[in-house]
Amino acid sequence: MTTPLIETKGLKKYFNTPGGSLHAVDNVDLKISSGETLGVVGESGCGKSTLGRTILRLVDATAGEVLYDGQNILNFSQQQMRDVRMNMQMIFQDPFTSLNPRLSVGEIIADPIEVSRTVRGRREIREKVRELMDVCGLPERYVNTYPHELDGGRRQRIGMARALALNPKFIVCDEPVSALDVSIQAQILNLLMDLQQSKGLSYMFITHNLCVVRHISNRIMVMYMGNVVEVASRDDLFSHPTHPYTKALLSAIPTTDLSRRNSARQILKGEVANPVDPKPGCRFNPRCPYATKSCQEQQTLKEIASGHYVACSVFAG
Amino acid sequence: MERKLLEVRNLHVRYNTDEAVVYALNGLDIDLEKGETLGLVGETGAGKTTLALSIMQLLPQKVGQITGGSILYDEKELLKFSVKDMLALRGDKISMIFQDPMTSLNPVMSVGDQISEVLEQHFPELSKEQKSEKIDEIMNMVGIPSSRKVEYPHQFSGGMKQRIVIAMALIAEPDLLIADEPTTALDVTIQAQILELIRQLKVKFNSAMILISHDLGVVAEVCDNVAIMYAGEVIEYGPIETVYLKKDNHPYTRGLFNSLPELTRNVDRLEPIMGYMVDPTNLPAGCSFAARCDRCMDICISKKPPVFSDGAHSIKCYLYQHWADK
Repeated sequence: MTTPLIETKGLKKYFNTPGGSLHAVDNVDLKISSGETLGVVGESGCGKSTLGRTILRLVDATAGEVLYDGQNILNFSQQQMRDVRMNMQMIFQDPFTSLNPRLSVGEIIADPIEVSRTVRGRREIREKVRELMDVCGLPERYVNTYPHELDGGRRQRIGMARALALNPKFIVCDEPVSALDVSIQAQILNLLMDLQQSKGLSYMFITHNLCVVRHISNRIMVMYMGNVVEVASRDDLFSHPTHPYTKALLSAIPTTDLSRRNSARQILKGEVANPVDPKPGCRFNPRCPYATKSCQEQQTLKEIASGHYVACSVFAG
Repeated sequence: MERKLLEVRNLHVRYNTDEAVVYALNGLDIDLEKGETLGLVGETGAGKTTLALSIMQLLPQKVGQITGGSILYDEKELLKFSVKDMLALRGDKISMIFQDPMTSLNPVMSVGDQISEVLEQHFPELSKEQKSEKIDEIMNMVGIPSSRKVEYPHQFSGGMKQRIVIAMALIAEPDLLIADEPTTALDVTIQAQILELIRQLKVKFNSAMILISHDLGVVAEVCDNVAIMYAGEVIEYGPIETVYLKKDNHPYTRGLFNSLPELTRNVDRLEPIMGYMVDPTNLPAGCSFAARCDRCMDICISKKPPVFSDGAHSIKCYLYQHWADK
């Protein structure tokens, strides 16, 4: 088997808080192959953004490994990291706060190129910036404008051009379309998919929007309170959701499909529990309608069909 | 036919800013019957919130200005109401649920006291015990143990805060509830809980509701009728069952549907609407969607389309001119 581009093994990120240890990411194993999109879904506070940031070493992992092309980057030196970082970029959720308001569009996009010195010479850099803007659908006349003059969709395009500046292989997209209106959201999703095809990019696509994740992903990982509860190919997950949380999540989506309008909905009771020093066992168990005694034990992902993993002692035996 | 609860006719609202005049509402019409739920859908800048604030007479002073039209509530002209009349109306007959439960509650007042303020304003005759009883009742109804009424907003989660805001809006049993993106700040499973709660309470109190949302799915779940807004106008209106058939639609509505990835159907590429929202400081003479429309005709650029109707379904677009002959 070929080495996956990105792999994590037992990745943990705990935050120390006055109340105790907050388990943001707990024992996450994942693989992303070259050219693949892994969708990561879950609700606020489930650790999906922290997972993305930990993989890129924007926050330090508590334990576990992050392998890039088979090498554990968690014990890389700063110098080594600098080389790897060129291949791993991030697109942030909020196009209003993730761009420096005092730099022009051209300067924002040129910044990573100047820092990494991948392209030298003023004219060459300007040429590269123009090319990136073109790829991301930004008219050239915006090169000297400032972020506040542009709307959310165009700003998100700047974020994408900046992420592409160093020809990365892997991009963590952290809710890149959540702050955008639907018509603009569709433009950005199309652009992301076009870029993936033309440049062979791998994405880790973090979102809470299940329709979006279904559209863009090859495989989908569902998280709940720092744990992975289900991983499957896109079609498997939507046609045979198995973990009770996945089922509830899918059933909660409001849809424009009239035939589903009056179908019975499974409405979850209660809210997400406190992630500080969680009890052992399945973390969904206090809200789960099917919870039994066995749920208080540690849950591990089990393969129930080819490539379909579920962490549930009730439904995955 | 039943008497209309709310009739907004040809409403024009603009914001006078230092740099320019923003034309937020441009001849907007909506009707609402007693007990009806109307969904108001549109993207950022369509004027959804401006409409809500105009009805409530809460537009920012001096900046926001109603320049024409009328808002009839129960056959009374709201635009002629005095400040005192409006105070008596707000919270009693018309209530509003704001988008962000995190900022719409007072952080230094217990939630019980905040709910109690509504009662003090509108039911001063109630005794302390009666008020306390009513507060307990409404808190239980929205699914919060009444023992928590002494707590402060920061002690509640986002979903719980929205429940408290709903309790405040409903305690006076209003005839009209305006919910401005009530679930946008919430997670999907919590959103499902809140939508279910709104649906139950609406039936219980028989209130009419205007649900403002950018999410076509949310509107389909809760509403009877839907009005699609673009650049301060209603460009399509009809029963959910007709509009969501996706057969006859305004090109903008169709664009919205095509922009949404669906749960049950695979599409390789989404078909987004071209371009960006029209500049509200500089509106075109013709149809405001013309510049982005893939079926734009000559007449669309020169003349504003009137409303064409087929039964309860109406569309502001020359493509449906033949409906006028029906």
